[in-house]
Amino acid sequence: MLKLPIIRWGKPYESLESREIRHFISGETIAQISQAGAGLLKRDLRKATAAREALRSIPCAELIQKVQQAATLFRDGTLPMGDGTQTPAEFARAQSATTGLPEHMCRSNMEKNYYVLRHMDRLLDALTRGLDLNILSHGYGTEERGVTVSYQAQSPVLGLVLPSNSPGVHTLWLPVIPLQIGLVLKPGSLEPWTPYRMMSAFVEAGIPSEAFSIYPGEGADIGSAVVSDCNRCMIFGGEPTIEQYQGNPKVQVHGPGYSKILLGDDLVDDWEDYLDLMVESVLANSGRSCINASGIWASRHTHDIAEAIAERIGPIEALPPEDEAAQLAAFTNPDMATAIWNTIEADLQESGVEHLTESFGPRLVQHPEHAYLKPTVVHCNSATCSIASKEYMFPFVAVVECPEDKMIASMGRTLVASGLTRASGLQRQLTDATHIDRLNLGPIKTTQLDWLQPHEGNIVDFLYRARALQTTDQANTSLPGEGNKKAETSTS
Amino acid sequence: MPEPEPNLDVVAAEAISAARCELDAHVHKIVQWHFHPATGCPFWLQYAKEVLNFDPLREINTYDDLKKFPPFEDELLRGGPVRRWVPKGYENSPIFVFETGGTTGVPKSRIVIDDFRIDYELFSKTLPDEYFPPGSNWLMLGPSGPRRLRLAVEHLCQFRGGICFCIDLDPRWVIKLIKKGWMDHLEEYKKHCIDQAITILGAGHDIRCLFATPKLLEALALGLEEQGSSIAEAGITGIFSGGTEFTPQWTRFATEELLGGSPSEGGIYMTPTYGNTLMGLACSRPVRAEDGYKIAYYAPQPRAVLEVVDFDESDRIVAYGETGRVRLTTLTKEFFVPGFLERDEGEREPPYEKYPWDGVSGVRPFRKLTDATTVGVY
Repeated sequence: MLKLPIIRWGKPYESLESREIRHFISGETIAQISQAGAGLLKRDLRKATAAREALRSIPCAELIQKVQQAATLFRDGTLPMGDGTQTPAEFARAQSATTGLPEHMCRSNMEKNYYVLRHMDRLLDALTRGLDLNILSHGYGTEERGVTVSYQAQSPVLGLVLPSNSPGVHTLWLPVIPLQIGLVLKPGSLEPWTPYRMMSAFVEAGIPSEAFSIYPGEGADIGSAVVSDCNRCMIFGGEPTIEQYQGNPKVQVHGPGYSKILLGDDLVDDWEDYLDLMVESVLANSGRSCINASGIWASRHTHDIAEAIAERIGPIEALPPEDEAAQLAAFTNPDMATAIWNTIEADLQESGVEHLTESFGPRLVQHPEHAYLKPTVVHCNSATCSIASKEYMFPFVAVVECPEDKMIASMGRTLVASGLTRASGLQRQLTDATHIDRLNLGPIKTTQLDWLQPHEGNIVDFLYRARALQTTDQANTSLPGEGNKKAETSTS
Repeated sequence: MPEPEPNLDVVAAEAISAARCELDAHVHKIVQWHFHPATGCPFWLQYAKEVLNFDPLREINTYDDLKKFPPFEDELLRGGPVRRWVPKGYENSPIFVFETGGTTGVPKSRIVIDDFRIDYELFSKTLPDEYFPPGSNWLMLGPSGPRRLRLAVEHLCQFRGGICFCIDLDPRWVIKLIKKGWMDHLEEYKKHCIDQAITILGAGHDIRCLFATPKLLEALALGLEEQGSSIAEAGITGIFSGGTEFTPQWTRFATEELLGGSPSEGGIYMTPTYGNTLMGLACSRPVRAEDGYKIAYYAPQPRAVLEVVDFDESDRIVAYGETGRVRLTTLTKEFFVPGFLERDEGEREPPYEKYPWDGVSGVRPFRKLTDATTVGVY
C-alpha cells in the first residue's frame, strides 16, 4: 500500500486525515491518501505567484524540452509515488484497480499523455498560432510582421477539479506548465494516479517542484475552494456542474460530451461502409469518454444501423481487468450502475424506443462490490424521444431517425460531431452550428482527436488575455536576442 | 493560568461509580418533574397517557430505565404550539425559543428558560483565565437570529465580565446558497461576514476572546492576513469553536498555520466544543499535538448524556474505541429528551479524570445521512 501525501508547492504534507482506496474486486487497500481541507488550500494560494515565477525563470523553449523528457519518464520510468515508487506496469495496475478501467486501457491512456507531452512544441505552436512563446513570458513583444502584441496571464496558477472516470482527460492540462502557469490539482477520489505520476515525471525532468500543488479531499470542500480561489479553473463534472459554471469566465467546464455521428442523405445508403467507425466511436475506452459517440443520427436505415451495431457490441462480456481482451470498465460503485440502468429502463418504456441489445442478455451485471453495464443500443424513431439525448459512462448509443434538415437543430449540444457527408450544404450547416465544439467532416471516428487543435476552448486563450500595450521605447518591445523591428503605430 | 494536564489514562473506579449514582438520582428527579401533573409539560403528560405502556413516575428510577422509552424523534419538535413543551412548573417564567433548521419548511424549536446560561457557566469554568481574561470583551463570529449560540456566547462573555459584539449572519440563507449552487454569492456572503468581524476587531473595543466556527475562523485569519495582520495581532488570545468540522487535522492546521503554534508559542488558546440546542455544550479533553490533536468530547453529565451506540441496535453501546452513532439524552428540568439519535457518528472514549463518564471522539456527520446534510455552513 502506498501513502500519498498532500503536495503543497512541491513539498509533501501528511495529513492527520486520510482515505483509503481499494481494489474494486479484491477490496485490497491500494493507497492511503492524505486529505486536505479548504483552509490549507486557500492559505497556500497566497503564494501562487511563486509557482509562476519558478516557471518563468526557465525559458519556454527549455520548459518544452523538459516536458518532452517528462513524456518518456511518464510512460517508461519508475517514478516516485507517495512513500514509494511505481513502474509503468504498477501504475496501470493501480489505476485499473481503483477506477475499474481495464489495464490495457490505462496503458492506452498513458500513451495519449505521452503523445501530448512528446509533441508539446507542435501543440503549443498550433494553439498559439505560431506565437513566439517568449512573448507570453515577457508579457509583450513584436511579431515578425512588425506588430506589437501583448498577452497577460490571467492567473499565476490553473486550478483543476479532476474526475475519476477517465484518465484520458489529463491531456487537457498538460500544456499549462510550458505556458509558465503553475498547477493546483484536486485529483479524482479514485484516480489520484495520473496527477501524482505526472508531477513526478515533470520534477524528474527538471521542472521546479514548487510549480505543483495536489490537494486530495472532499469535492464539496476542496473542489469548491479550487473554483472559488483560483482565478482560472478547469472542472470536470456532470450536467449540474456545467449549468452551475456556464458563462463564468474564470471556469472552463468539461462534462458530458453528447458526441454524435451524423449520416447525410448522400451517404446513408452506404452505412455499412461506416459500421467499424460507428462501433469504434461507441466502444473505445469502454464508452467512458466525452468523445465517445452516444448518438448516431440519420434519416433512414436507422433500424438496420442499430441492429448491426447491437450485433457487434451486444455480446461483449465483462472480463477481468488484467485481460488484454477486456472491453468493459467496471462501475466501482455498483449503485451507480443500478441507478443508470433504472433510468434507461424507464426511458425504454417510451413509445418509439426499441432496445436492440435485449436479446443478448441482461445489461446490468451486479457483483457485491462492483457492477458492469454491458453495451446497449437503442433505436429511436424520433428525435423527441428522451433517450435520444442521453449519455452514460459505458458503451451506450441511441440511433435516431431524423430528417436531415432537422438534425442539426434537434441534436442539442455536441462536443464531437462526425459528419459523414459530402454535401456542401450539410457541411456548411455543420460548420456554422455553434452548439458543435469539435467537427469532423468525413469518415473520422469521434474518438480520433487531433491534439494540435483546441478542445472545448483554447487553453492558451483561457489562461492568457490578448490586450493592447503601447510603449514609446520600441526597444522594450523586442525580446531578448531579437532584432529591433519597427512597429507601426497609430494615434487614431 | 492553564490547568495542569490531567491524567488521561487512570480514572478511579469510585469516581466513575459516583458519577453513575449521581446520574441515576438525577434521572429519577427529572422524570418525576416532567411526568408529574403539577410540574410536567403538556407534551410529556399526554405522551405518557397515549403512547407509553408504563408509568414513568413509578418505573423510571435509573438511567438504564430510560431504555423503556422509544427513541426520541426530533420531528416532534417541529411546529406548535410551542407551549406544549413548557413544564407547568415554569409556566410563569420568561421563555426563550431556540430554533434549528428552517431553511425550508418549519424549523425545529426548543424552549429554554435558563439552561443556556447554566450550560455556558459550567463551560466557563473550563476556560483558562490567562487566555480568556475575565472582564475582556468578546466577538461572536457565528449565526445570529433565533439561535441558542448567539445568546449563549453573549451570556458566557457577560458571565466572565465582558461585553459581547456580534455580527449579522443568517445560516438559512447560507444553506440556500449552497443548495442553489450559487458559490460566488456564498463567497461574497462569507466576505460580508468577515468584513463585519474585521471592522469590529479594528474599532478599538479591546476584544480578546472569540467564538468562531472553523470555516469562519479560517476566513477571518486569511482576511486579516490579507491586511497584513493576524489573529494574534488583532489582539485575540482565546478562541472557542466547535462543530463536526473541528477535526484533529483542522486543529493542527489552525494551530500551526493560523494561530502561530501551541498556546505557549502563539499566545492563543483554542478549545473545541460539541453542542446543539438539545444538549447544551460538551467539552473536550485538552487537545495536544503529542496526542495527534485527538478531540474527545464529554457531555455535561448529569444534565446531558452522550453515548456511542450500534448503528443498527441503538440500545447497544459499542466497545471503547469502536465506531457508532451518537445518542443523546437531555435531562434538565426545562427539557427532557430520552435517547435521541444524533446525525453524527464517532468513536466511544473511556472516562477521564475530569469527566468520569464516557465520551466520544472523531465526531463527524453520520455516514448514512451525509448526502442529505449540509455541514459547516457558517
